[in-house]
Amino acid sequence: MDMITIPAVNMTPILPEIFLSVLAMALLLINVFVPSGQKSYLGYISFVGVLAAGVLVGAGWGAPVESFSGSVVQDNFATFFKMIFLISAGLAILISDQYMEREGCNHGELYPLILFTVVGMMLMAAGTDLMTIFLGLEVMSVALYVLAGFNRASLKSNEAGLKYFLLGCFSTGFLLYGMALTYGATGTTRITKIAAVVGQMTVPSANIMLLAGMLLMLTGFAFKVAAAPFHMWTPDVYEGAPTPMTAFMSAGPKAAGFAAALRIFLVALPTLQIEWSQLLWVLAVLTMTVGNITALRQDNIKRMLAYSSIAHAGYALVGFAAGNGTGAAGILFYMLSYAFMNIGAFAVIILIGKKGEANGNVMDFAGLGFKHPALAVAMSVFLFSLAGIPPTAGFIGKFYLFSAAVQKGYIWLAVLGVLNSAASVYYYLRVMVYMYMKEPTEDFEWTRVSAPIALSLLISVAGTLVPGIVPSVVLQLAEQAVKLI
Amino acid sequence: MSNHLLSLTTFLPILGVLLLLFIPKDSKGVLRGVALAVTVVTFLVSLPILTGFQSNAEFQFLENAPWIAAGPFVMRYSVGIDGISLWLVILTTFIMPLAVLSTWTAVEEKVKEYMICLLLLETGMLGAFISLDLFLFYIFWEVMLIPMYFIIGIWGGKNKIYAAIKFFIYTMVGSLLMLVALIFLYFKGLDAGFSNFGLLQFFDLRLDPATQTWLFLAFALAFAIKVPMFPLHTWLPDAHTEAPTAGSVILAAILLKMGTYGYVRFAMPLFPDAAHRFTPLIATLAVIGIIYAALVAMVQEDVKKLVAYSSVAHLGFVMLGVFAFNTQGITGGMLQMLNHGVSTGALFLIVGFIYERRHTRLITDFGGLSKQMPIFATIFMIVTLSSIGLPGTNGFVGEFLILLGSFESELRWWAVIASSGVILSAVYMLWMFQRVMFGELDNPKNQTLTDLNAREIAIMVPLIALIFIMGVYPNPFIEKMNPAVQKLVAQTKPLGMSARQMPAMQGLPAGHPMVPGMAAPPAFEQAAPAVAEPNEVK
Repeated sequence: MDMITIPAVNMTPILPEIFLSVLAMALLLINVFVPSGQKSYLGYISFVGVLAAGVLVGAGWGAPVESFSGSVVQDNFATFFKMIFLISAGLAILISDQYMEREGCNHGELYPLILFTVVGMMLMAAGTDLMTIFLGLEVMSVALYVLAGFNRASLKSNEAGLKYFLLGCFSTGFLLYGMALTYGATGTTRITKIAAVVGQMTVPSANIMLLAGMLLMLTGFAFKVAAAPFHMWTPDVYEGAPTPMTAFMSAGPKAAGFAAALRIFLVALPTLQIEWSQLLWVLAVLTMTVGNITALRQDNIKRMLAYSSIAHAGYALVGFAAGNGTGAAGILFYMLSYAFMNIGAFAVIILIGKKGEANGNVMDFAGLGFKHPALAVAMSVFLFSLAGIPPTAGFIGKFYLFSAAVQKGYIWLAVLGVLNSAASVYYYLRVMVYMYMKEPTEDFEWTRVSAPIALSLLISVAGTLVPGIVPSVVLQLAEQAVKLI
Repeated sequence: MSNHLLSLTTFLPILGVLLLLFIPKDSKGVLRGVALAVTVVTFLVSLPILTGFQSNAEFQFLENAPWIAAGPFVMRYSVGIDGISLWLVILTTFIMPLAVLSTWTAVEEKVKEYMICLLLLETGMLGAFISLDLFLFYIFWEVMLIPMYFIIGIWGGKNKIYAAIKFFIYTMVGSLLMLVALIFLYFKGLDAGFSNFGLLQFFDLRLDPATQTWLFLAFALAFAIKVPMFPLHTWLPDAHTEAPTAGSVILAAILLKMGTYGYVRFAMPLFPDAAHRFTPLIATLAVIGIIYAALVAMVQEDVKKLVAYSSVAHLGFVMLGVFAFNTQGITGGMLQMLNHGVSTGALFLIVGFIYERRHTRLITDFGGLSKQMPIFATIFMIVTLSSIGLPGTNGFVGEFLILLGSFESELRWWAVIASSGVILSAVYMLWMFQRVMFGELDNPKNQTLTDLNAREIAIMVPLIALIFIMGVYPNPFIEKMNPAVQKLVAQTKPLGMSARQMPAMQGLPAGHPMVPGMAAPPAFEQAAPAVAEPNEVK
């Protein structure tokens, strides 16, 4: 990367963050004057804001800039991830309105909180200093704890918020401790400098403090991306949180966790790759297997998707364990596809659901295929993509991740990965069995499909199918994004 | 002549799907008509492929366009056919209109969705047969699963959900392992200087025996499940029995050929040494399949299940012939693939006809039908005889060549045992025919049965014609596939006979057996004389 001499502080790299923060605070103010029942307008404003932020982020593609003496950077890696966060947030905003209205908790704070989360995630992806990354993580997490417990009237939502908060703090502790030890071992928190110091060590793996730091940071991130055996919070939190927020949490923050972890491990600690690859190998296998096996037994569709999201973190870890360019690009592509297909699936769940989270079981999808064909086709596209069946983005993503493992010689990891995929097919098919092959158990009138949700479904289907059929452009962008780390 | 004939044929059904989307779901007649028209047009469009095909070993009607290029991967939209895939393409386009016709009165529910599934399936199958890019092949191979899954699961019988899921998961497990093998193969190709997934170049990549073994196993498993070979066949009777008539017909006539086609197109020429090493195992499983399936077929009470098991037996013959590794055996196998498509497809149609009339398929519910339905009886008889392999019908030529080929190869003793399968098939088929068609017409419900109507006869006539044409004059079929088969025989020479081809083996004396027991048996060398040059890297 060309070093650019920066006079004082160049604000360009964090322009989108500044924009979103200002917008969020403005919305908090405006919220006071918007009568309840019309909070949807806040949603519309924030959606437009997300689009505008997308333009700001997109403008930074291919123009690397460093700022704050190298603790924040605007590079293609960060830009790609920021796009994923914005897409997740945009879709989450679109699907929130109808749900929150139905559950009677369409409070105006929702949208600013989503925007704050995005700011935090963006800092995680753009941070090139352990402190910046930590700062981003905390901004994101605190807002997320509130979002998980956003439905104050629901016990489950309260429980979700509290559980997420307690375990999240716990994992943050691990992460911070790991960062502190890494600082102790290297004398710096700047990622490039850590890499330089570690690179000069003759046997870096003999440095116990560094190893412990790495291990603890890994644990912290494993918590955040819900990798087994640190996944225990996921099902309860995902089930309890308001559905649009579950969708958001499974896509955005997970991607953010991978963004930060990728940067730290690939840029700061490449010399320790043999060590962390082995750990990630184990994590990947555990995560995939635990996620899939437990998902097989779920009747509640939110819980099923929660466990399946654990499994998907496992697939991404396969690419991470490979630790090469293909694997990293695979993670980027996969996180993007996952945002579309998973939020899309949750959008359908919202439409099937009834007040008080009723109709949340697989059985409630019975007969959907012929009563509401368009909705069922959309759901099928998402499910086939989650299961990794062509021609969908989910398949291309998995193909890339497993390819990375094969390329690196981890053939058994790839084999275990595909066997897991085959097992996962069962529970995704189960939903389709109910949609297309069973008669509806009772007559229930369909909730209207509001325009925002329809739009989100349209975007999600396109985002799932187009990169599945012609993946070149997105894959090339992902490849370019990881070249700069 | 148009260069895009293959793509046109393959994607015409998708255009048909788009058309169907705009037709209201209540106009069932229109939906059926449009679907039929689309499949007929597809068949007509595919005919110039047949007439324009040159009888040589080259891949023809090639199309090549960039598709995916990212990171280490380059996938191209690369299609073409040779004598091996030509007939399967034609068989597919030929069977589809008949399959659509067979649904005319059989499917009254959700006609629109049914037709969409059928058309999607056609594109998937055609795409898999014409793909010359490994990745493209895999995509079509997987895409096929989705409509078939819905066809079985939505329009199937009592146990449809179980059958559909079993079908899907079985195939998925196999094909995903193949995917890993495919990726591995690609990186091997990169090491050898290749730059894309193009199939033809991989034919010249001789891998070391250990690698070949693993890759072959992964590919062979995927194809063995699809064939289906004993003991992986258990999904088939379920899928066949539960599927609606058109589904069974397509499953038997075309989908199962995907497995055997996979062997001749991919598993054998890509990993010839491993293929030879596993020949005894595969031949044993094939023969077990022949005998076992015949015995199980014999005790079936359900006509459809009986036909399903007979499929397993027939496909066992195909596998035996293909793994003889000589011209006769492979030609016989290829021919038998077509024969099975025609005969068993026809059998499933016949079962469909009586099921539609009586809503039962139990043999004991019938008897003496020949008095009531003479046209039906005649047609049924012809198809039964063709399925048994009576001389003069198509089945005979294929089985004869297969047994001839395997007698001349190292599979002599397997051929001996397999021959008894021919007798067994005569037993169960004729016995079934006798119980259904002859005897007393004692069941009152059968006394009011009507004979085949014009539509049903129209479905059967082309099949009956083919049965006789292929039985009496199989030469045109063999001629077109022969050069490709010759090339395949040359490509699949075992290690030691083509040392020049093996970059990794240079420095070893020619004929050096890398693994004990891998040298070719003498019988084989006679059957397959050394052929000069393998095909060029494209």
